[in-house]
Amino acid sequence: MAVSYAVAPRAYAGAPSRGPLTRLLEDERWLAVALLLPTVILLGLFIAYPFVKGVLLAVTDAKVGVPGHFVGLENFDRLWNDSIFRTAVQNTFVYTIVTTIFKLALGLWLAMLLNRHFKGKAFTRAFILLPFIIPTVLSTFAWKWMFDPTFSVINWTLYRLDLIHGRINWLGDPDLAMISVIIVNVWRGVPFYAISLLAGLQTINPELQEAAAIDGARPWQRFWHVTWPLLLPVTMVVVLFSVIQTFADFQLVYVLTGGGPANATQLFATYAYQIGVGTGLLSEGAAISLAMFPFLLIVVIIQLLYIRRVETH
Amino acid sequence: MIEGAKWKRWVFFYIPLTAFVVALLFPFYWMAVTTVRPDSELYRPWMAPNYAPFWTAHPTLEHVRGLLEDTLFSTWMWNTMFIAIVSTIISLFCGLLAGYALSRLRFRFAGTLGTGIFITYLVPQTLLFIPLADIIRNFRLGDTPWALILTYPTFLIPFCTWLLMGYFKAIPRELEECARIDGASRWKAMIYIIFPIAVPGILSAGIFAFTLSWNEFIYALVFLSSPDQKTVPVGVTSELIRGDVFYWGQLMAGALLGSIPVAFVYSFFVEHYVAGLTGSVKG
Repeated sequence: MAVSYAVAPRAYAGAPSRGPLTRLLEDERWLAVALLLPTVILLGLFIAYPFVKGVLLAVTDAKVGVPGHFVGLENFDRLWNDSIFRTAVQNTFVYTIVTTIFKLALGLWLAMLLNRHFKGKAFTRAFILLPFIIPTVLSTFAWKWMFDPTFSVINWTLYRLDLIHGRINWLGDPDLAMISVIIVNVWRGVPFYAISLLAGLQTINPELQEAAAIDGARPWQRFWHVTWPLLLPVTMVVVLFSVIQTFADFQLVYVLTGGGPANATQLFATYAYQIGVGTGLLSEGAAISLAMFPFLLIVVIIQLLYIRRVETH
Repeated sequence: MIEGAKWKRWVFFYIPLTAFVVALLFPFYWMAVTTVRPDSELYRPWMAPNYAPFWTAHPTLEHVRGLLEDTLFSTWMWNTMFIAIVSTIISLFCGLLAGYALSRLRFRFAGTLGTGIFITYLVPQTLLFIPLADIIRNFRLGDTPWALILTYPTFLIPFCTWLLMGYFKAIPRELEECARIDGASRWKAMIYIIFPIAVPGILSAGIFAFTLSWNEFIYALVFLSSPDQKTVPVGVTSELIRGDVFYWGQLMAGALLGSIPVAFVYSFFVEHYVAGLTGSVKG
């Protein structure tokens, strides 16, 4: 084996004088403990501990600088009757469901287009991923500028195409604001779907398509009966990932509308920020964030069960 | 793959693909055009007869100069760079060790720990930012780069671990056993035999982690408060808007320059980035 031969002299160097530590690390269990320790400490300190602390915070009436007392489920009770919170819940579901449908449909379409052979394919693929890699906040500012009611290039284009006659106040009107936020999220997410699904498409043997074509299947039937079932595992994982990210989205809405106008685009995370950081009601903010948890848990469980099922097959 | 007439190829392939490319890239073009456009042309309402959106008659670097000289933009760039690089290194280190342990060693709770790390991978930052801000304050890390350097690994390590596990699993066990028969300890075999083979995976994970740290927003927004400690996304959001006035020329210049490091790293390692992206969803 060429590789081990080339490095063997260096590996040998420590062999004759093995210290007690090296001997301890020869035991698989001790080595595992040593290797996992840094990860477990960091994740314990900054994920598990904040989670517990978040739960403890949510059942008190703590504010910034005030420790607070135990109040039970009062915060959740108040949220239940809070009309803004209800709007935020509704918005979050609308936002997640609508964007996911569009991202999947457009992403799949783009992946199918990219799965063909054409000149400049690698180049196109590299450029298409840009919306996903450029920091969201920065690209969202470009969109905010494009949506500006007075200087909007979108309005200009629509006006020139004779599609509109007055100005459209993209971010000022409650319904349009939601549509704008959805457009930007879809814009950012489509490349991720497309590139992931493209990777899935490339693992499908083209002979299957040809066999189906010879048997007389129409293009649509070939997609529905051959490609789609084989693509389903990748699609599932991509969708579940994206659903979690979208459901807990913050930065896009924060930059574009700040949750407004009149809470029309308020999501869980933006509302939690507004209450917890903006107003300083720590416990209520923590409660709003934690209210996302049951939904996220369901998605994670679906994902775990699905991965397990795929692995056992 | 496309059979039939030439017009079909146009309708079903060239036109949709072009539409996708234009729609996906237009905002970046818009950023660039705005950056070099003087204010007199910038603030011309779209209904004005001489509104010419797609090019500019008198390009200027005024906004870039203003951004670099009058604001703390270059400080934010260094802050972000430092934070992104250090948290990426920490995450790669932890992810390498953990990925190796979970994919190649047999011990109790291996499955449980693997699932646990996978679940943390799915925890969004917006779930924990309020209690975490409290913890950061208690540790006296608030308003320092370490608040982010230590918390970014919480979403980077699970990703790195997950991705590298895939690479480690693909390396045949015999390779390691050969080295062990030749007298190498487990530790040495891991470092000198397994890690070098996983270099493409390490590169993918590193690049992906770097772009993720550059993109992170809510932790940076909540944990940092002084203007000279901020990262690019937070600095641009909070410091370039004075009162209610948006300085669009400077904002777009900031957005453009702030994207360059990520785009630069990406352009050199596109294939590795794509491998990281697709590896992360394949599991």
